[in-house]
Amino acid sequence: MSRRFILSGSLIIGILIILALFAPLLSPYDPNKIDVENILSPPSKAHILGTDSLGRDLLSRILYGTRVSLKVGVVAVGIALLIGVAIGALAGYCSGRIDALLMRFVDIMLCFPTFFLLLSMVAFLRPTVFNIMLIIGLTSWMGVARIVRAEVLSIKEREFIRYIKAMGAGDMRIVSKHILPNVLPSILVVGILRMGGAILTESALSFLGLGVQPPIPSWGSILMEGKSVMDIAWWMSVFPGIAILLTVLGYNLLAEGIRTLAISRS
Amino acid sequence: MYILEVKNLKVYFSQKGKVLKAVDGISFFIREGESLGLAGESGSGKTVTALSLTRLVSHPYLLSGEVLFRGKNIFRLKSADLRKIRGAEIAYIFQNPLSSLNPVFTVGNQMIEIIRLHHRKTKREAEVYALKMLEKVGIPDAYKNLRSYPHQLSGGMNQRVMIAMALSCHPSLLIADEPTTNLDATTQVQILQLIERIKKEERLSLLFITHDLEILRRFTNRVAIMYAGQIVEIGENLFEKPFHPYTYALLSARSGIIPEQGLKGEAPSPFAFPAGCRFHPRCPFKRSICEEKEPILQEKKKGHFVACHFPQTMVK
Repeated sequence: MSRRFILSGSLIIGILIILALFAPLLSPYDPNKIDVENILSPPSKAHILGTDSLGRDLLSRILYGTRVSLKVGVVAVGIALLIGVAIGALAGYCSGRIDALLMRFVDIMLCFPTFFLLLSMVAFLRPTVFNIMLIIGLTSWMGVARIVRAEVLSIKEREFIRYIKAMGAGDMRIVSKHILPNVLPSILVVGILRMGGAILTESALSFLGLGVQPPIPSWGSILMEGKSVMDIAWWMSVFPGIAILLTVLGYNLLAEGIRTLAISRS
Repeated sequence: MYILEVKNLKVYFSQKGKVLKAVDGISFFIREGESLGLAGESGSGKTVTALSLTRLVSHPYLLSGEVLFRGKNIFRLKSADLRKIRGAEIAYIFQNPLSSLNPVFTVGNQMIEIIRLHHRKTKREAEVYALKMLEKVGIPDAYKNLRSYPHQLSGGMNQRVMIAMALSCHPSLLIADEPTTNLDATTQVQILQLIERIKKEERLSLLFITHDLEILRRFTNRVAIMYAGQIVEIGENLFEKPFHPYTYALLSARSGIIPEQGLKGEAPSPFAFPAGCRFHPRCPFKRSICEEKEPILQEKKKGHFVACHFPQTMVK
């Protein structure tokens, strides 16, 4: 069962990566080319997925949007993992006062409604693609920190940690070379799950007009544009929606597969 | 010359506001090249003693006394200096080899790491050396087993790997904490013979912890008996002429040797030891002074110390 999950998940993600990499080759049109004669034309031979309210080819825009979405997923999660693993490992390994302090900080961060936090940060930073990734990363590391802390807490009490310490290993080595490799499966699973979440967040921000700014195509911003013409141009909402759904599904399948595999192994 | 001298070692833990006295003021020494056995019931403080010798106990409420390794006080060392002693001077073999090895790395990986912790060697050199060590402890097909993960090896093999690891940095003191408890009888004998062989070859001093008195009788020079966090008797010919009623009771617990006297009751809770002699509630020879005054270790015969108000030769 877990193998089938991993297979289907990585298949979806793999296809998406290929689409993102070869977007310039695969797109039939320039994603930003305005064509006033073909405004909101339904799916046809010339425009497989139709065109938007400026006559831009929807397929090309969605393909280019894949780049934004995947990049946001990877970079935002990378930032979240970096902060979350560092804080979680420090708190779990040091325990005592440092642990209490760091975890209260995590609690405080978690107390903010995430979206409120996102919106207020967006207000201060210019909404470039990189800033969006940074903001999503900075607001989503707390869960990672909690999971890593819990895992580190249990692994550091294991006998082999005491043994390597007895053989003369220092704290840095123990954490980085002996504890973290044992936490890796969990980190992998949260990371992949968060990627789906980060893509959803980016889409939501863009949908609200606070994310990736036009003319850069993003699934969320295409959805937003589609919202106002939903009654006359269904394709504007359906296709980017399907893209988001498939991506998040792919990541979740992969994460679930790895999780069950890791459980059955241990 | 003493390689290790422990003076008035106390290790307390704090649990839910109560103080747990795991080790409560023990003193002993190990001579160069000697093997000292440490025996006692579960919970008597043997393992905590072993771990505190290199300050490995985590979060003690109190860790006091002196541990002198070749004259250096371990408790006063900076942690960087202590790390140079751990593994390189004092090495351990733990009870459960499988859980003492990191499950995500191969045996070779872990050996190479430990070798390179203490020696300037390239990975390649360390690997060659690790192979040599594995062959030394009698692991067949060393090249293949170097690339195995701990879970792919048997308990006896893993224990050999641990011995090879412990030896790889040429320690002068080996602390074996119940190294054979989790092994089957035939493997037990092999591992014990291996430890005895390498002890001779490497001129090691040994602290051997077990609750198997027969092993101690055969493989150690002197034996210390622990009860409720204290050493109640220590000496050379403990088994022939025990002075302490507890040692006597332990010996009689072995089937068929001294059948008439068993041990009643349970070991006292480390949160609240009985006043006076800690053994008095279970002692068949107790008198009123035993309930009031704590006995101290006194030399009964040359090199044979007993903590009892009424020490007596129990056998013959």
